[in-house]
Amino acid sequence: MLSASPLPLKIQQLSVSRQGKQLLDNVNAMIDSAGITIILGPNGAGKSLLLHIAHGLEEPDRGSLLWNQHTPKPQEPWRAFVFQKPVFLQRSVQSNLEYVLSLHKVPKTRQSLLIQQALQHTGLMQLSGQSARTLSGGEQQRLNVARAWVLEPKVMLLDEPTAELDPSGVATIEMLIRKIAQQNTKIIMTTHSLDQARRLAHDILFLHRGKLIEHTPAKVYFSQPKTSLAADFLAGKLLDTH
Amino acid sequence: MNDFSQAFLKAIQLIIQLDPDLIEIVALSLQVSLTAVFIAGLIGLPLGAALALYRFFGRGLLVALLNTFMGLPPVVVGLVVYLILSRSGPLGALGLLFTPTAMVIAQVFLVTPIIAALTRQTVMDANDEFHAQLRALGAKSPNMMNTLLWETRYSLVTNVFAGFGRAIAEVGAVLIVGGNINHNTRVMTTSIALETSKGNIELALALGVILITLSLIVTSAVMSARHAAHKMYT
Repeated sequence: MLSASPLPLKIQQLSVSRQGKQLLDNVNAMIDSAGITIILGPNGAGKSLLLHIAHGLEEPDRGSLLWNQHTPKPQEPWRAFVFQKPVFLQRSVQSNLEYVLSLHKVPKTRQSLLIQQALQHTGLMQLSGQSARTLSGGEQQRLNVARAWVLEPKVMLLDEPTAELDPSGVATIEMLIRKIAQQNTKIIMTTHSLDQARRLAHDILFLHRGKLIEHTPAKVYFSQPKTSLAADFLAGKLLDTH
Repeated sequence: MNDFSQAFLKAIQLIIQLDPDLIEIVALSLQVSLTAVFIAGLIGLPLGAALALYRFFGRGLLVALLNTFMGLPPVVVGLVVYLILSRSGPLGALGLLFTPTAMVIAQVFLVTPIIAALTRQTVMDANDEFHAQLRALGAKSPNMMNTLLWETRYSLVTNVFAGFGRAIAEVGAVLIVGGNINHNTRVMTTSIALETSKGNIELALALGVILITLSLIVTSAVMSARHAAHKMYT
């Protein structure tokens, strides 16, 4: 268990290969600041894999990823993970939140308070009794964020959380992400959308073909990219690398 | 066609009259098969779930056996149970042969593989859907299994009733180990076999109609319960 701050996140010589393909190649990075860190890159760059490792869902072949000198395991309540496509239990919105709290043995008396908060923050109060699987796409993603938020984590990891949403859905989720970051929860999220990175990021990890190309403050990244690859990506020249 | 319409009339007649012999036969059929399905469920549900979720030595062999046993001919099962329970068999001293208990035992052998194999498939599919998400939420192995079983409960009930369908309809096993003794081990299917061989086609058909009707009632009850539950939380 982690009692102090989860930061710094230290990534050292992290490498993963699967079926002969180098998916992450000697990634080194140090994330020490609060706010929103965006992992940016084209499809197949290794963004999701890096995020999975950060939550303990996958293990690296070589190297390490440490939260304040601590190797992550998925069942730690100080850290939450949001998938691009959520899967909900065949229960009401409220029961889906209760489920997570019960998994982490939060006392019943505290559960209702946390659930009220999460529903209020995400605007799902009216829908709390509805079956989670009958929600619209935008509502489902709000519930997905609420489910991660309900444990009041210190870190939230989001994997392409808006990739399947319409523009108003994207705006809502981005607003939520900002709100969560303002409450001192560290956000790390992946996206392949430059516009989204521009709107949200404090700093950017730019990945390409499993390699970390740059890790710079967002302002620097967008105004004067250090590498030609980053410049190409910004200019829309760097395409799919499957 | 004439046979069928007469059989229907006869069936209705038997039911309206509440023929005591008929009631006894139907009651014993239900008692034997429901007991067998209950026991098979107790074994088959956890076995199927374990086969879906855990890797252990001999798992592949067990799955292959299960799938083979799903299609076991009831007469063969009957014969094996007969040999085990007969006077000279390993459990002969219990004196169970030609009792309803023997029939329950035989049907447990028939139904358990069906429930276990179907449960394995159901839980495996659910695991594919839920595993990554539940793990990311912090579920550990026991939480995961409980959640998957609860999420699939309607399908699991349907699987159990698929087992019931096999039990109530089979004749080979109960005939061999029960012996079709009047007022003792006579059930619907063995009566049908007997009446047919005696040439009482009408009565046999009437019993057949009742058997099918019973199955229909049970199946539609399960289906509508499942449908209602599904509508509540999809």
